[in-house]
Amino acid sequence: MTRFIPARETILGGAILVLLLLISSRFAGFVAPSNLANVFNDTAPLIILALGQMVVILTRCIDLSVAANLALTGMAVAMINVAMPGLPIPVIIAIAVLLGAVMGAINGVLVWKLAIPPIVVTLGTMTIFRGIIFLISDGKWVNSHEMSPAFTDFPRIVLLGLPVLSWAAIITIILFGIMMARTQFGRSIFAVGGNPHAAVYTGIDVGKTQFWAFVVSGALAGLTGYLWVSRFAVAYVDIAGGFELEVVAACVIGGISIAGGIGSVGGAVLGAIFLGVVKNALPVVNISPFWQLAISGSAILIAVAFNARAGRNKGRIILKEAEATQ
Amino acid sequence: MTDATQTRHVPDRLNSRAARIFKSWEALLLAVAIAIFVINSFASPYFLSAWNLSDATFNFTEKAMIAFAMALLIISGEIDLSVASIIALASTAMGLALQYGAGTSELVIIGLTVGVLCGAFNGFFVTVLGLPSIVVTIGTMSLFRGISFIILGDDAFRGYPASFSWFGQGYIYWVFTVEMLLFVIIAIIYGVLLHKTNFGRAVYAIGNNPTGALFSGIRVQRVKFILFLLTGLMSGIAAVCLTSRLGSTRPSIATGMELEVVTMVVLGGVNILGGSGTIPGVVIAAFVMGLVTFGLGLLNVPGIVMSIFIGLLLIGVIALPRLWAMAAARRKT
Repeated sequence: MTRFIPARETILGGAILVLLLLISSRFAGFVAPSNLANVFNDTAPLIILALGQMVVILTRCIDLSVAANLALTGMAVAMINVAMPGLPIPVIIAIAVLLGAVMGAINGVLVWKLAIPPIVVTLGTMTIFRGIIFLISDGKWVNSHEMSPAFTDFPRIVLLGLPVLSWAAIITIILFGIMMARTQFGRSIFAVGGNPHAAVYTGIDVGKTQFWAFVVSGALAGLTGYLWVSRFAVAYVDIAGGFELEVVAACVIGGISIAGGIGSVGGAVLGAIFLGVVKNALPVVNISPFWQLAISGSAILIAVAFNARAGRNKGRIILKEAEATQ
Repeated sequence: MTDATQTRHVPDRLNSRAARIFKSWEALLLAVAIAIFVINSFASPYFLSAWNLSDATFNFTEKAMIAFAMALLIISGEIDLSVASIIALASTAMGLALQYGAGTSELVIIGLTVGVLCGAFNGFFVTVLGLPSIVVTIGTMSLFRGISFIILGDDAFRGYPASFSWFGQGYIYWVFTVEMLLFVIIAIIYGVLLHKTNFGRAVYAIGNNPTGALFSGIRVQRVKFILFLLTGLMSGIAAVCLTSRLGSTRPSIATGMELEVVTMVVLGGVNILGGSGTIPGVVIAAFVMGLVTFGLGLLNVPGIVMSIFIGLLLIGVIALPRLWAMAAARRKT
């Protein structure tokens, strides 16, 4: 039984339930199914990005460029839509995913081929991508009246009671659940993060796996870029500014070890939902939204301190000794 | 790990001192700085003016103050991404104290104290709880600026006393600003600290091999804690200078400055993985970045486009030597 309910996820799920109970004790309307669906829909972009970030962090890297990638892709597809309003939405989505993947590949190549620390690479590409948005848009906004109705309506189309945006998150969760547990790529991600030396001896190319992790994260950032811009029906240089911190926060809260190798799809999703519930609850319980930044910062610190304590078990120590005697 | 350190040290001793200095990263960087200076003076007729050059130093003096402490921190194998947020919090604290009638000296003391406390907070999580500094400071980056947002919202503190503006706007003599003097003093202090004291040797030792440093009697955690305190203190000093120069405090003050500070340190030849780097390198890197941004500014390049150059500089500076080494290795085989 314990194999199927990992402790960390149970604790986090419990924390979210307690949070919801506390809010509902004063504002019963918050836990109404329709409102919870709204909260989930609002958190969908964070969930998708957190899953991409999870893959990167599992391979001992970090991707701080996701928000800038999202903004650049969003601006690019918005401008494409303005220039060619007739272009069908599936083509737009394909362009967004491809653009995002290319940007992820740039990060990946620099980490793989030149062995530059991922934090430096993505700090650099983060500002470069933001700057490029300014260059292509000339600092101007793309507003809702310039976009085609099909472009802005797509994430709002309701299928089986949920909007497409929510479905995008659900499908990503399912795909990642299968990928991480059932495919060679998913297992090699855990192997690379858990013990890179051992991964090499089992025939896994560490750098190449990290490269593909960045491509996955980039592609999801590209997808979210389109969803974001069409949902808010506006594109400008600073959209999703600082969102990369929230994405990393979701992962850290979800129990994904920044040292790599430890984490789960469920953890990343619950971490994102935790932040989403907090964000949506703040205005309801009459706390200024300016508290959001400090709360996610504190949540990162508490979660990382908590995870470090939980991670100090026998299994890790044995692995470290094995590594030292090599 | 061990063979890498051996191969790194042996060839150094075969070269003469002069050849070593000539071939060093700092010499290359100095040549780049001179080249940029010459190009700038041709590109814009306004560049070669004492007052303009004096204004240009504001582009880097505040960042460089933090960069010196950050260089030591990175050499020891840690990093602090929260420095810009420490500036925001220290500046907000000064603004808050101003509302209760604090004078110039109290404002400075409060700014520096908040900086040191923030550094201690980071240091506590990294050294006492043993958490990775990158996650801790990503967390405190949100937390410190978040507290500023809670206090200020979308408001701003203004009305700093006239005597307070001396730090950011004052001149010592002719075109030489107070910030320039601070920059020189702090550069000398850090140069001596890193290159001439036991503490500096300990920083290198920790960066190269923390376990080895521990076994040779260095109090690794204490040294790292002091480095976080110093980084906090420098951020506090930078907060005083920046607040004094701008004359107001907003919670978004100094956004993204951590990137420029890290870029400056890496451009100065400090190994991002720790273990090597020099203060003269960081000083020259500060000049290079200041000259590039000032020159582009004279050519009417917008700030966000300049940040593309900063980003490219950061990646290029690390990528080019590695590409060079790869090309050289290929030629040999």
